[in-house]
This record gives sequence, structure tokens and C-alpha cells, in this order.
Amino acid sequence: MSRAALLVLADGRFPAGGHAHSGGAEAAVKAGRVTGAASLEDFCRGRLHTAGLVAAALAAAAVLGVAPGELDAAADARTPSPALRVAARRLGRQLMRAARATWPSDELDAVARQFPKGAHQPVVLGLAARAAGLEPVDAAYCAAYESVSGPASATVRLLSLDPFDATGVLARLAPEVDLVVDRAVEAARRVADDGVDALPASSAPLLEVGAETHAAWAVRLFAS
Amino acid sequence: MHLDHSHDGPSAVSADARRPDGSRRALRIGLGGPVGSGKTATVAALCRALRDELSLAVVTNDIYTREDAEFLLREAVLPPERITAVETGACPHTAIRDDISANLEAVEDLEDEVGPLDLILVESGGDNLTATFSKGLVDAQIFVIDVAGGDDIPRKGGPGVTTADLLVVNKTDLAPYVGSDLERMAADAKAQRAELPVVFQSLRNEAGVGDVAAWVRGQFAAWSA
Repeated sequence: MSRAALLVLADGRFPAGGHAHSGGAEAAVKAGRVTGAASLEDFCRGRLHTAGLVAAALAAAAVLGVAPGELDAAADARTPSPALRVAARRLGRQLMRAARATWPSDELDAVARQFPKGAHQPVVLGLAARAAGLEPVDAAYCAAYESVSGPASATVRLLSLDPFDATGVLARLAPEVDLVVDRAVEAARRVADDGVDALPASSAPLLEVGAETHAAWAVRLFAS
Repeated sequence: MHLDHSHDGPSAVSADARRPDGSRRALRIGLGGPVGSGKTATVAALCRALRDELSLAVVTNDIYTREDAEFLLREAVLPPERITAVETGACPHTAIRDDISANLEAVEDLEDEVGPLDLILVESGGDNLTATFSKGLVDAQIFVIDVAGGDDIPRKGGPGVTTADLLVVNKTDLAPYVGSDLERMAADAKAQRAELPVVFQSLRNEAGVGDVAAWVRGQFAAWSA
């Protein structure tokens, strides 16, 4: 494997559609829950330990070779909001396109055929990492980091937040990202014996509710 | 213009000229340019001019959700299922150049759902003079500026003005009122673009979008040859 492949996959400029999504930040900004760097940090911390943990575990399990169909169903079960399921599948489809062009593999082709309209993004992220020769911990890092970097960069646009402050938030969260990744990989390794029920199911009700409200707005900057 | 390589997978991963079933995909033409220069009006006029001879669809990239798509729907230039809006996260130039995945999905879904299509117009939301389309997304691009935006824009150049396959200088009917010198604009454009074509148009004149439509027909003839 090449560890540098992790940098390619984790690069915010990896062309897989993430730039058009705020990870719930746009709804939180509108609702007044994110107003600056401090509340952005709270928001990101909450997302990291809920949606981020779940995504990281799904991605790690995909690298370990758990059947994508099972993981996709597990992701569905952990995503109550229909709007978030749509967004996750759309992003999964876009990531699949980028991954197949970047790391061509028969396995990716087969999963693309199985899910023509997209599987959940964390599942595809794990498969992309697998195709790139990366390890479960790498995919978990990508997923956990994306769960906070997306909202942070969106908030820079939404609030004209100082980009240095937003980057500082991410740096302060880094030790917690490490902890979440450890938990996610440990859970993913249990799937072989205990099935997908071993995966975490932490949920953030406000993210789910906010996503439903946001999807109904007539005017918005981000797709989710 | 594009390598005609094929992939064995279930769907194309980039700008392949063939669709997964082996048929030729639609020609894709991008329209970009500054805010208010008349991109959406040009798209609407092109749809009216070409819809009886070509199977058409439109993808819009808005800064806000669906403004341009809704204009086209109100004008009823095409049936609603032939118009798709891509959400761009406040950055239309990212969605048409740096990360084209959402737009590729939109054009492929249109071909799947309302195809076969001859031509898909991909309109960028109003952006700046550096906005250009990726060659992975479109086969040719039109850059639309207008005389009221300042007659020094062709002189200033920039990637859109300099490299677009067709430069459209719109709203020529306004030139006398805003003090724009059309001859100077034409000379500056010639200096920036050498042999690349330039069309001066006013959608309020009888000729309307005729020259641009003729150029699109030429592109389609070359594509389908």
C-alpha cells in the first residue's frame, strides 16, 4: 500500500461532490445554533461523536470486506431522515465515480452495478480506501475527519467566519477524532463475529430534524 | 476532442463519448459568464430555436437552489422533466470545473430518463470572468458577456473570454445607452481570441439567437458526424 493514497482520498479537493454539502451546518446556522467559532466547535464535536462515529465504523467495515449490501442497509437503519439518506446516496454515487476513475477495480465496478443510484457515502468511502490499498483505520480517519471538516468549511462561507478560526476548531478536535477512529475500527472488527449490529448507532436528532427542514427550503446555498 | 475509450463498468466514469449501452451520448455545451449577462435568456432562446429539430435537455448550476431552472420552467421552453438543477454549495465554478461529479450525474440521469438526447446545455450560475467548464463535463463552451457590463471586458481577457469556443457579446441593443463601443469590443475580442468566433447578439432583435443557434448546429453536425 501507499500511505500517500490516504492524502489523495482525504483531500478536500478530491472531486466527489462534498463541496456542495454543509453537513447540517446551514440548517444549524439558520436556526441560530452555530453563530461563530465556539458554537461551530460544539456542533462539530456533536457531529463527530454521532454521525462521524457511525460513518467511520461503516467505512472501516467496508475496508475489512463486509458485504456492501449489508453495510448499506445498516447505514439506512442508522439514518432516520429521508433527506439525509438521499444526500448520503447521492454523495456515495459521486464518490464512486471519482474512486473508479482514480483507483480502477473490479470490486468498485461490481458495487456500482449493484447500486446504480449510489450506496451510502461512508460505505463507498471504505470501498474506495480498499481499492486504494488502504487500511480500515485510514478509511475511518477519512470519514471521521470529513464529518467535521465539511461543516467547518461550509460555515466559513455561511457566516464569513475567519478561516483561521475554523481551521483552529479542526485542530482542537483532532485528539477526539483519534478516539472516535479507535472506537470505530474496534466496532468494525467485531462485525465478522457479531454482524452489522456491532456497528455503533449513535444519532443526533437535531441533525436529522434540521436536514428535513433544510430540504424543504426554497433558497439555500448547500444541498444538505 | 475526446478519447473514445470505453469502460466495462455499469456507468461511464468521465467524459466517454459512448454510454454504457454503447450508444453515442448527447453533445454537451456549457454556457458561462458573469451575473446578468443573459445566459439563461440565451439558453431559453436556444431551446425555442432548436427544440423542434434536436432532442434537448438543460442542466442549470445556481448559486441558490433553482432560480435559473425555475425561469426556464416558467418560460416553458422545454417540458419540466428535461430541466435539472444542480446545487453548487455557493460555488458554481467548482461544480463546472473542479468537481464535476454532480453535473455528470445530472446529464447521465437526463439521458437515462428522457433520452435519447442530441444536446444537453449546461448553464453555469453567474460567476466571474475566470469561470470555465471542465473538458470532462462539456464538449464545447460558450462564454456570454454583455455590453452593459463594460466594453473593456474583451480587452481584459481572462480564461472565459480568451478560450471559450464561442464568445457571445449580448444586449447589443443597449450599447448606445451605456456608451459601449461595439467596434472596439470586436477588435479587442479579435486580439484576445485570434480565430475563435465571436457573436454580437440582441435577443430583442429579429435575428435573436440565430447566430448562436447556427454555431450550435455546426457543433452538433461535427459531433454526430
